[in-house]
Amino acid sequence: MTDATVRTLDDIEVPRRTTKEKGFDALLWGTFLVLLVWSFVPADMHRFGEVFSGGGNMALLLEDFLTPNFRYWRSYLELMLESVQMAVWGSFLSILLGIPFGLLSSTNLAPSWIVFPVRRLMDAFRAINELVFALIFVAAVGLGPLAGVMALTIHTTGTLAKLFSEAVEAIDPRPVEGIRATGASRLQEVVYGVIPQVLPLWISFSLYRFESNVRSATVLGIVGAGGIGMSLSEALRGFDYASGAAILLIILITVSLFDIFSSLLRKVVIDGEEQSSFVAYLGFLVLLIVGIEIIL
Amino acid sequence: MRASHSSTTSLVTDLSLKSRPAPKTQVASTGALGVPVAPVDIEASCVSKTFAGTPIFSDVSFRLVRAEAVALVGANGTGKSTLLRCLMGLLPVSDGRVVLLGQDTGTTSHAALRGLRARIGLVSQKHNLVPRLSVLSNVVHGLLGQRPGLRHWSHRFAPEASRLDAMQALEKVGLADLALRRADRLSGGQSQRVAIARAIVGAPEILIADEPCASLDPAAGEDVMDLFFQLARENGVTVVFTSHHIDHALRYGDRVLGLAEGRLRLDATAASLKPADLRGLYD
Repeated sequence: MTDATVRTLDDIEVPRRTTKEKGFDALLWGTFLVLLVWSFVPADMHRFGEVFSGGGNMALLLEDFLTPNFRYWRSYLELMLESVQMAVWGSFLSILLGIPFGLLSSTNLAPSWIVFPVRRLMDAFRAINELVFALIFVAAVGLGPLAGVMALTIHTTGTLAKLFSEAVEAIDPRPVEGIRATGASRLQEVVYGVIPQVLPLWISFSLYRFESNVRSATVLGIVGAGGIGMSLSEALRGFDYASGAAILLIILITVSLFDIFSSLLRKVVIDGEEQSSFVAYLGFLVLLIVGIEIIL
Repeated sequence: MRASHSSTTSLVTDLSLKSRPAPKTQVASTGALGVPVAPVDIEASCVSKTFAGTPIFSDVSFRLVRAEAVALVGANGTGKSTLLRCLMGLLPVSDGRVVLLGQDTGTTSHAALRGLRARIGLVSQKHNLVPRLSVLSNVVHGLLGQRPGLRHWSHRFAPEASRLDAMQALEKVGLADLALRRADRLSGGQSQRVAIARAIVGAPEILIADEPCASLDPAAGEDVMDLFFQLARENGVTVVFTSHHIDHALRYGDRVLGLAEGRLRLDATAASLKPADLRGLYD
């Protein structure tokens, strides 16, 4: 090595951000700022102070909420169970549909002429809110939980297909090649090489969407698509905040119960933890539901 | 690792694969003087491979006959792994042709190509096991090409015969005790052995191994090479392996192919070569 090529630690240049990089950062933050300013007045953000100045009204409202009225608890529990049942079927059907749609919208599995239209269809499923779908299905199949189940199914299919496909696109391709090398068919490559890799994520996404569907199913009743939403809507519109509080409390407890259920199931299936806690909790849930059904 | 290493050492004396029917497409013919000529298992003719306009190797030609043990050597990036994948039809060649067990991989149907792969065992450099599934399930997957059906998804549902074959393959590599452990909870050496078990479970006619001892300590690496050597000799299996160990190439290969600068620079019997001849490929 000659003297000319000898470098000391002092000679080392620390890489610095280029002008181009700085410009891009400024553009990104600038765009974000412009968006906030642009939407400030249309979103009524200039009236934000009223949230605090109207504290007296809010306190009155909260007072009513602090004394929940469980006079019609049987009806509330029955409708809450109906919401959960809608979420169960909505989630089940959307998982069934989400798997093929998810695989067909994965760029590493399907050709672009299939991926593009399937993704746009899923965009449409996702872009329209469950309430809007519920209105459409109420018109098609009439009032009742079926319209709610269909609304949940369509919207959740769009969401799950996107999440499923993103998981598939992030897989390690080497195990798939390992399966291919055994002489497996294309379908076998997916079943044996892809699905085992994405299954934990798919289960996690499905459980999350089930929790979301329990929440969503509680408001679909507002448009007549079954569940507890209709009672909640009527209570709030009639300024019967005490009954509204009772319904919200029931919703809160139900959502929490299923949140714990999902969390325990996730630990067993994904983290490989002991099944005892999950089994005990499942037993408690089953007893609770059976008990409610007997009482009702 | 030590424990499994020692158990494998004792097992290499009995490494015979399950008996299999004689291959239908390859029948030993006789030469002009009436001397039996071994069938050609793999024939590469002027094979070239290019990725996005960048040539990896070009004009590679060779023939591998039944029961030959061939070492493929060369520096990193010379395309050894790519060539192995081309030989199996996992990658299409850019030019030339590969005839595998009597069939041109470039013109044969997808179904026929799958049938050919089912007759070959591949041990990849990165093992390519399906994580989260059990060791036994991964080995059962080695039978997919021969025994299609969804029951092979997990060892729990696989037919009894498949599970037995898989356990026997695991026994041969000294890992029967770990059959129910998850594949992503194995050490590198254990994972490599599972990949070998998956490759041999279907009683292949050809074994292709991409740096089979890359993740093993020297002693365990010797065991793995012994395994391949025994298979080739006792079961008439053709073995093609890549290695950076010059001594392995010379000791275990009947023949050595050397890639350098995108060309096949060496094709000679191992007995005729000295370590210095191979070191030249890495300069």
